[in-house]
Amino acid sequence: MTGKNAQNCNTNYLRYVRALDPPTKHFKNCLSAFGVGGLICTIGQFLRYMLGFAGLSGDELAGAVSVILIFFGCLLTGLGVYDRIGRHAGAGSIVPITGFANSVASPALEFRTEGYIYGTAAKMFTVAGAIIVYGVFSGVIVGIIYYFI
Amino acid sequence: MKKGNTLFFKTRPRIRSYAAICGSKEREGVIGEYADITLSDDMYGESTYEKAECKMLSNAISLAVEKGALTDGDIDVMLSGDLLNQIISASFAARDFQFPFLGLYSACSTMSESMLLAAALIGGGFARNCVAATGSHFASAERQYRYPLELGCTRPPQSQWTVTGAGACVISADVGDIAILNATLGRVRDWGVSDVNNMGAAMAPAAADTLIRHFKDTGEQPSDFDMIVTGDLGALGSRILKDLMWEKGYDISPNHVDCGEMIYKVIEDEFQGGSGAGCSAVVMNSYIFTKMSAGLYKRVLFAATGALLSTVSSGQGESIPCISHAVELLSLSNGNGAAP
Repeated sequence: MTGKNAQNCNTNYLRYVRALDPPTKHFKNCLSAFGVGGLICTIGQFLRYMLGFAGLSGDELAGAVSVILIFFGCLLTGLGVYDRIGRHAGAGSIVPITGFANSVASPALEFRTEGYIYGTAAKMFTVAGAIIVYGVFSGVIVGIIYYFI
Repeated sequence: MKKGNTLFFKTRPRIRSYAAICGSKEREGVIGEYADITLSDDMYGESTYEKAECKMLSNAISLAVEKGALTDGDIDVMLSGDLLNQIISASFAARDFQFPFLGLYSACSTMSESMLLAAALIGGGFARNCVAATGSHFASAERQYRYPLELGCTRPPQSQWTVTGAGACVISADVGDIAILNATLGRVRDWGVSDVNNMGAAMAPAAADTLIRHFKDTGEQPSDFDMIVTGDLGALGSRILKDLMWEKGYDISPNHVDCGEMIYKVIEDEFQGGSGAGCSAVVMNSYIFTKMSAGLYKRVLFAATGALLSTVSSGQGESIPCISHAVELLSLSNGNGAAP
């Protein structure tokens, strides 16, 4: 709030509003996040075993599992299913790599109407950009700490 | 005539005709059977949601003009606005018509603002027939104000669901069953709520301010009305409004109705109910005007509420200034009309 309006800020009212806030169902949310997140990871692990039998190993195996999960994340986003899962699962479907795929694919789809360059391509990272920037940044910090200890 | 911030229309401008279009989720609710067109496909046969919103608004306007047995040439001006940047839906819809256009922006209170201005133009003798219209679309509002549709994020329990729909009415100098008696101009109120997911709490003080000034200026009491209709406060905002009014000595709980609270039948992802410019536009132009035309509701006070924020202001941590304009409506029908 600026200038004269700062004094209008009604702290009593804000306290009253906060008291009325419907409670977030932490237990239920955590449970569904655990269930869905766990399921996605189990599918990943299953793919790992299967591809291991098929003869892949090391980086190739890790890469192949990620690619398959990303593919299904994007596919479910395109089919309009992933947002329904995410609405209930919360972090359970946001944190795994499928959630990252969803955060790239959904703005790409949304802004397609503005063209493939200024829409899809330019807006693709509106959500994921923050994840990439701070992911890389915290990676660097952790790397520096690791170097010294 | 003017007293305080309330305009009294001596000539009693009438609502000649009205039309509403609503989306697939809305037609499941109470307004489904009252709306003129209900969409099974929220794209409305268009390639983008913005075009669909524009088409809904345009069709609602032409339908209202048609139902009033008027042609484009009879309309003096169209007053309209919507939620999108640069009010593109309203101005793009206006290119389909031959009459002049005045663009308004008052967020979700556009319906009452446009009715108020139309009544003032007619009361002042500057126009005979005016169109007041507005609309919104869930998908286009989501894209502008929140996240991409397909992004898998959770909605907080305070949040509301933008209504897909458009409503239009023709306000006329002499013909019509519903008269506009007076209207109170809104003041922008900001009590410091900055949570963009809690619009009801942000808008309730503006609604309370307008209603109280309306009661003071007109000397009426809440019990004089069959219905006090607010725009899109939602369940939480309605509760806050009742508390705020109670504190000032007005008990509106027996006859208060909120368009956002009543529009959806099953509360699933909508949580607190509907919001958006289309919310009050659709409910008023279908359910409430139909009931008023039939004489089932005699006297209705309509106060739509709007949150005047943008993604830039909320990103910069500003609180949410809100506004509410009130319009008092009287049914001239004798009450013998067959219940629809």
